[in-house]
Amino acid sequence: MIIQWIVFILASLSAIVFALLMITRRNPIHSAVCLIVNFLSVAVLYVLLGREFIAISQVIIYAGAIMMLVVFTIMLISVEEVRKKPLLRIGAGGVIGIVLTILLLGYLGLGSFGGSLYGEKGDLTMEAIREMGPFKAVGKLFMTQYLLPFELASVVLLVGIIGAVILAKKER
Amino acid sequence: MIPLELYLLVSALLFVIGIIGVLIRREAIVIFMSIEMMLSAVGIALVAASRVYEGLDGMILAFLGMTVAASEAAIGLAIFVLLHRTYKGVKVDEINLLKG
Amino acid sequence: MIEYVWLIPLFPAIGFLINGLISRWYNLPKAFIAWVACSALALSFIGSAAVFFELLKLPPELRVKIPDVILFDWVVSGDLRTVIGYKVDPLSMVMALVVTGVSFLIHVYSVGYMHEDPGFARYFSYLNLFVFMMLNLVLANNFLLMFLGWEGVGLCSYLLIGFWFEKEAPPQAGLKAFIVNRVGDFGFLIGLFLIFSKLGTLVFDEVFAKAHLLDPWTVTLITLMLFVGATGKSAQLPLYVWLPDAMEGPTPVSSLIHAATMVTAGVYMVARCHVLYEMAPLSMMVVATIGALTAIFAASMALVQVDFKRILAYSTISQLGYMFLAVGVGAYSAGIFHLMTHAFFKALLFLAAGSVMHGLAGELDIRRMGQLKEKMPITFWTFLLAALAIAGIPGFSGFFSKDEILWNAFSSPKGHTLLWLIGLITAGMTAFYMFRLCFMAFFGRFRGDHEVFHHAHESPPIMTIPMIVLAVLSVIGGYVGIPHVLGGHNYFHEFLSPVFKIYENLPHGEGSEKLELLLMALSVAVALFGIFLAFNLYLRNPELPKKLSEKWAKAYKILWNKYYVDEIYGFIFVEGSKGFGRILWHNFDEAVIDRTVNWIGSLMKVMGAGLRLFQTGFVRDYIVGILVGALILMLLIL
Repeated sequence: MIIQWIVFILASLSAIVFALLMITRRNPIHSAVCLIVNFLSVAVLYVLLGREFIAISQVIIYAGAIMMLVVFTIMLISVEEVRKKPLLRIGAGGVIGIVLTILLLGYLGLGSFGGSLYGEKGDLTMEAIREMGPFKAVGKLFMTQYLLPFELASVVLLVGIIGAVILAKKER
Repeated sequence: MIPLELYLLVSALLFVIGIIGVLIRREAIVIFMSIEMMLSAVGIALVAASRVYEGLDGMILAFLGMTVAASEAAIGLAIFVLLHRTYKGVKVDEINLLKG
Repeated sequence: MIEYVWLIPLFPAIGFLINGLISRWYNLPKAFIAWVACSALALSFIGSAAVFFELLKLPPELRVKIPDVILFDWVVSGDLRTVIGYKVDPLSMVMALVVTGVSFLIHVYSVGYMHEDPGFARYFSYLNLFVFMMLNLVLANNFLLMFLGWEGVGLCSYLLIGFWFEKEAPPQAGLKAFIVNRVGDFGFLIGLFLIFSKLGTLVFDEVFAKAHLLDPWTVTLITLMLFVGATGKSAQLPLYVWLPDAMEGPTPVSSLIHAATMVTAGVYMVARCHVLYEMAPLSMMVVATIGALTAIFAASMALVQVDFKRILAYSTISQLGYMFLAVGVGAYSAGIFHLMTHAFFKALLFLAAGSVMHGLAGELDIRRMGQLKEKMPITFWTFLLAALAIAGIPGFSGFFSKDEILWNAFSSPKGHTLLWLIGLITAGMTAFYMFRLCFMAFFGRFRGDHEVFHHAHESPPIMTIPMIVLAVLSVIGGYVGIPHVLGGHNYFHEFLSPVFKIYENLPHGEGSEKLELLLMALSVAVALFGIFLAFNLYLRNPELPKKLSEKWAKAYKILWNKYYVDEIYGFIFVEGSKGFGRILWHNFDEAVIDRTVNWIGSLMKVMGAGLRLFQTGFVRDYIVGILVGALILMLLIL
């Protein structure tokens, strides 16, 4: 029990701290690295929740593929370190935005403490999942109830590929 | 058993940090990374809920969101590269080609 | 045979289709067209005669109880259920016989008259269509089918008046006829609407059975509205103005449509709806009064006209006035009797006019005619017989019918001495102008171009034989209705009386037989006086008319210009409509509607300009917008 709490507190703190770090670094590569650590912490949280499948996906897709693309793009664009110019840009829009954001946080955070649970519980308890095998459970769902979203997701990926290829071609 | 509300709090914090990042940073790349973080934060909320409700639906939703994030990343970064060719540095504050 | 009564209108319909459709693509030989058209009519007439004889076999009470022959449902919509159905009873069969018989004769005549005309096929298809519509009108068993025929004959009248559309006048005359008719039809429709809304049905038998449920004011309104339609169709005051102009059409058309058949539709309608009219004494008085006034009004205009056909046109209007006078005082069978005899002699008069035109190469001005009895004997003799008939000389058909009307105008409880007096005076005027026409055209010396007189010739037999037939009918046609006082038996009245039931047993007082004879003698005397006057003015002293016209120059001018009615109508209605349209155009259409629409357009522009401020082009602003929206949504949901 206590192990869970310790892991939870460590992982969430790390996620939050590195998130804050990410938005405050000058060097974009530093930001990218902080984000990777953030993603890994989130993956730990997923493992804590007993969802290994998505933890693995998080690491592979987010921390792996997406961040790799980002790093490559930073290289291609060769964004310089901004030294002299001010780091942050807080104009009128920014102030409004920040105020709204604080409100949002209060709302989300405190709201989650106020309400009660709606909806009925499903029937896949942890024991049931362990018995069936976690991946098998997911696969079963994907192939029956969530078949259409699954197929649509593959279409989205296809569109992404085609789009990326078209966009990145050299102009002739 | 860690209460659901704490997970939701973490998710909210990360989401809000992402929004702040979008609002206050100047470079397009960093804004983009903040957006990815927002997506990830939503995933946390979904998966936590799936645990509490003892079903895998939340997880599957989070997974689909991840898929979308991936393809969006591909296209978005491709656009950045193209913009960079024309403008030599993607300065979000100065590009207003879609002005109505 | 009675169940096949629908064949009677069918034959001319087929004739129309054959002649009308096929001749559009192929040039059919004239003989073919003529045979198709005339045999269609002949078959119709034979059919009518067959149904008529079968009707005679039945005892009189049963003749009006024959169930209607229903073909199929026509309009079924909500509460309205009308059928294509035909009614066989004495009234409808009399009309059918007159229509088919006279039409047949005129068809034959037209073969000769229109022989040189390039629109031969078109003419006969229109004529057949007309007879089809007219038969629908008289045989219909419900108001809607009658209205179909009513409108249809109006259409054919328009088509046929404007037959020579290359010229300028005929199409305008056709248009005038159609539009004036339309005004009348509007009244007719209102009558139909009222009938349907109050009684829920349009079938004659049902309407007349339920008629007693209506209150007097409604019935009066209905009958007045229906009569408005009749004034349009039958050229009474105030909607008569189209008939003189309708003479622009071919003469057989004037003969058939504007003498014998279409214009009598109004009289038939009033007779058919006698149940309704008997419930509304006010309307009957209106009908009789307008009939009498129209009669004398039109006769006065005929006194000074110099166009052969126009004199006959005004004469027709006048005689129609007599028919309405008859039905207006409740003498329905007298009105129908005069309708029949008038069909015979008026159709003949027009055919004679056509014959004269044919012989004189289109001349119509009687000031340029004269001495024609030498060149066109058959035309002359038939014309004379018809003129004697219309003047009301004893022995001829017109005497019996006109006299019955005058007697009923005097003696009927709904009649009035004044009405009788107007009828009497008009009878004198009728004799006068008819014989003026006769003397000026056929007697004396020819006053026109000598070449024309040299070439004048009698018409071919195909034209003269129908005229002879009609002349015979004009003479003997009245003998079916010899009044009781003269020792005869009024078969006609007796035949029609089951239709009009108790309404026609007009009480006659004591000594009324002597009175009737006295009135008869008076009308004959008036007619003879008219002829004598015409003889004096136009044969003995030909200079007299000119002197008279100079002496009463003002009155003459008013009559010559037809009381300026056309000009008055033109000013009030035509210019009025144009002015009203102009006002609507400038003050409403342009000022109000255009401005509103343009204002809405500029409103869109302004809104667009306002909304454009949101589109700054900067991504950050869009993100802030999304954020605000998300916040609001959350507040709303949670």
